[in-house]
Amino acid sequence: MDAKTVVISVSIISAAIVMAIGGYGPAKALGKALTEALDAIARQPEASDKIMRALFVGMALIESIAIYAFVIALILLFANPLIGYILK
Amino acid sequence: MKIFNIFPETVFSIGPVHITDTVITTWFVMVAIITICYLATRRLSIKPSFCQEILEAIIEAMEKTIKDILPLDPWLVVPMLGTLWIFIGFSNLTGLIPGLKTPTADLNTTFAYALISFSMTHVIGISTQGLKGYLMHYKEPTWLLLPFHLIAEVTRTVALAVRLFGNMLSGDMIAIILLGIVGLLVPIPFSLLHIIIGLIQAYIFGILTLVFIAGGIKAKS
Repeated sequence: MDAKTVVISVSIISAAIVMAIGGYGPAKALGKALTEALDAIARQPEASDKIMRALFVGMALIESIAIYAFVIALILLFANPLIGYILK
Repeated sequence: MKIFNIFPETVFSIGPVHITDTVITTWFVMVAIITICYLATRRLSIKPSFCQEILEAIIEAMEKTIKDILPLDPWLVVPMLGTLWIFIGFSNLTGLIPGLKTPTADLNTTFAYALISFSMTHVIGISTQGLKGYLMHYKEPTWLLLPFHLIAEVTRTVALAVRLFGNMLSGDMIAIILLGIVGLLVPIPFSLLHIIIGLIQAYIFGILTLVFIAGGIKAKS
């Protein structure tokens, strides 16, 4: 195996790992946030507007972690800086 | 149709300026918004027509949302933030029209939006409480946290841009991949999901900008 093959195959495998691990944590966190918010709404339906707003903002912040992982996977797959370095 | 076009493609160039397909789609979105607003506001009256009623409902909803979060006159923020909301919302939905590329699935566009939101935070903070009063909020709990405030200024702007970009790009990519696998009818639920995600992301972009503005202002009181 030459260097280019190694870099490409390691990039593909690590992109898959990045998505797997980077999706797991935020998914658990999103589920927890949603259940807590539903609990709070069930207990206090009149505050549902405020709770929903906080939930949306919080979910966006949690979700951005998964999005970072996604962007890193995309960089590894389509804009890998190491391949250009090897080919040079 | 290329399968994965993450990067914008240059359609034509004027001298050193490359006009990409993102720019052309953005022009298309602007023309669409201006046309809709022009047609809907041509005959304004006290007894509103259907279109006028919809527009008024949108404006009032935005005003109410801003009033709930920001302890200021909402009309200080409504023109700018409302434009961001409507423009990002329309941009996110253009990907549903076949042949058009979502303008927000391009990192340059979302970074431009994030820079607008970044400068808006500081301009409104400074204009409402003066330069000194605004700078005071950086030492809010203690002086020790000053570097973290400065880092947060950068990271939250980058996060705004990357969040919108990643969401819209992933929606497009899922649609394209499913189209390659099954083709008929199966991508439709995912397109519906993409509509919801596009609108929610536009909402979240505005809400986060609003929360940042409020964070810079509340420090005074």
